[in-house]
Amino acid sequence: MLYAILCYHDEDMVGSWSKEHDASVMQKLSAVQDKLAKQGRLGPVARLLPTTAATTLRKENPPVVLDGPFAETKEQLLGFYLVEGKNLDEVLDIARDLGEANPGGTYEIRPVGYFNQGGTKA
Amino acid sequence: MSMNDTAWIDAALTSARPQAVGALLRYFRNLDTAEEAFQNACLRALKSWPQNGPPRDPAAWLIMVGRNVAIDDIRRGKKQQPLPDDDQAISDLDDAEDEIAERLDGSHYRDDILRLLFVCCHKDLPATQQIALALRIVSGLSVKQIARAFLVSEAAMEQRITRAKTRVADANVPFETPGAVERSERLVSVAAMIYLIFNEGYSASGDTAEIRSPLCEEAIRLARLLLRLFQSEPEIMGLTALLLLQHARAAARFDADGQVILLDDQDRSLWNQKLIAEGLALIDKAMRHRRSGPYQVQAAIAALHARAEKPEDTDWTQIDLLYGALEVMQPSPVITLNRAVAVSKVKGPEAALEMIEPLAPRLSNYFHYFGVRGAFLMQLGRNEEARIAFDRAIALANTTAEAAHIRMHIDRLMRDSKPRNVKAK
Repeated sequence: MLYAILCYHDEDMVGSWSKEHDASVMQKLSAVQDKLAKQGRLGPVARLLPTTAATTLRKENPPVVLDGPFAETKEQLLGFYLVEGKNLDEVLDIARDLGEANPGGTYEIRPVGYFNQGGTKA
Repeated sequence: MSMNDTAWIDAALTSARPQAVGALLRYFRNLDTAEEAFQNACLRALKSWPQNGPPRDPAAWLIMVGRNVAIDDIRRGKKQQPLPDDDQAISDLDDAEDEIAERLDGSHYRDDILRLLFVCCHKDLPATQQIALALRIVSGLSVKQIARAFLVSEAAMEQRITRAKTRVADANVPFETPGAVERSERLVSVAAMIYLIFNEGYSASGDTAEIRSPLCEEAIRLARLLLRLFQSEPEIMGLTALLLLQHARAAARFDADGQVILLDDQDRSLWNQKLIAEGLALIDKAMRHRRSGPYQVQAAIAALHARAEKPEDTDWTQIDLLYGALEVMQPSPVITLNRAVAVSKVKGPEAALEMIEPLAPRLSNYFHYFGVRGAFLMQLGRNEEARIAFDRAIALANTTAEAAHIRMHIDRLMRDSKPRNVKAK
């Protein structure tokens, strides 16, 4: 079963990190990712541009395009992981590891119903 | 959560600051009291957060704590100030957090931050004081950091900020919720101030660029903040995009000796693609609104430079048209001068020279005018006239960096006679 791990955090706060702090968090996270990659369990990983660069499409008839992220909450979606896990517990363990590397904020875990590996050169 | 790693606390305090100080200002209606209340709350946060972890809503925590400390001070007569009307101090800070979420009125959030920024760009304040005040109050930079960025002594900066605060205190700051027209007027002033902060950092010469680049980063942070509060404002998208695209070139703009490297000569592999991507995304969003404005047009020009993998890929025809649009919005001889550079690429130096002739009376003390004019003349092979123009430019240069900039053009023109971009850096 594939799971997406969605990373939520306060964007203001992450945006206020010093360059050094940001780099050190990214480094710790990539250590966790490397371990998964060796086991062949790591899918695409993304870190998204700020929510200010987001556009929302409301699926009405006709569709309405809005500026900004879909949800106005204290925390914003800043990225996601696709990981392989037999069940929720396994993925929760991975999320805990990631959480140790990058404390604060929330991960939303949701099973994936459709997945396209894609073929773009990132 | 590592308890001895306080980087997250610094980031949390910095990011909560505009909202918290803004709310405290609404509450106490006095900038000094608001700032002091916030500082006190920060001190308590530094004691409490490493042990208890971050609160659910750091800004709310800081507002509540700051408010209570200040009210206690007023009650004990430490501060000569009337108590705010709606006095709901909570004495037990440990229980405060559960109640905070319900008690703080989130609807003020946007206007609090906007008011705080707007106070800093009060029309009675000269630009240098506006910027200094915003960096101190909104960004929370220390006087020492600001002084360093402005290349003045700490005492001089302290005085500048004190003067600005006094002037703001005497001014009539409106505390009622602004109407739509007033809100958009405030937005225009605040955007202009953020642009000024950026320019302070961007226009630094090579030897001080490193020291001053935090000003660019802070301006970008404030622009993103403003855009999040007003996420459908195309001009704020344009402003943010413009700053991102300009700052994306930071690593390529100066050589090891601190000399300016012209746009055409920059190593484009040093441009920051992540910032460029964000800038381009924002312009795309802004354009959909079909409500153009000066920031969007300038961002679009910067985007055309950013999109060109090699200098010869630059779409000068589009740049010419965009400068034309900018001339209509904000007529200014400097914009026409920039447009002429684009025209020289599209139609040749003859047409460009014709375009700048009428500007001479208004730009007679502007060193770039003579630099650009000299370049056009040189491209036309009128070397003697070009030399005169260049000499005039060097005489008018305000800094050694500007003079060096002109000399570089002369050297370059000697080297090759192809039309070149003179202005951008």
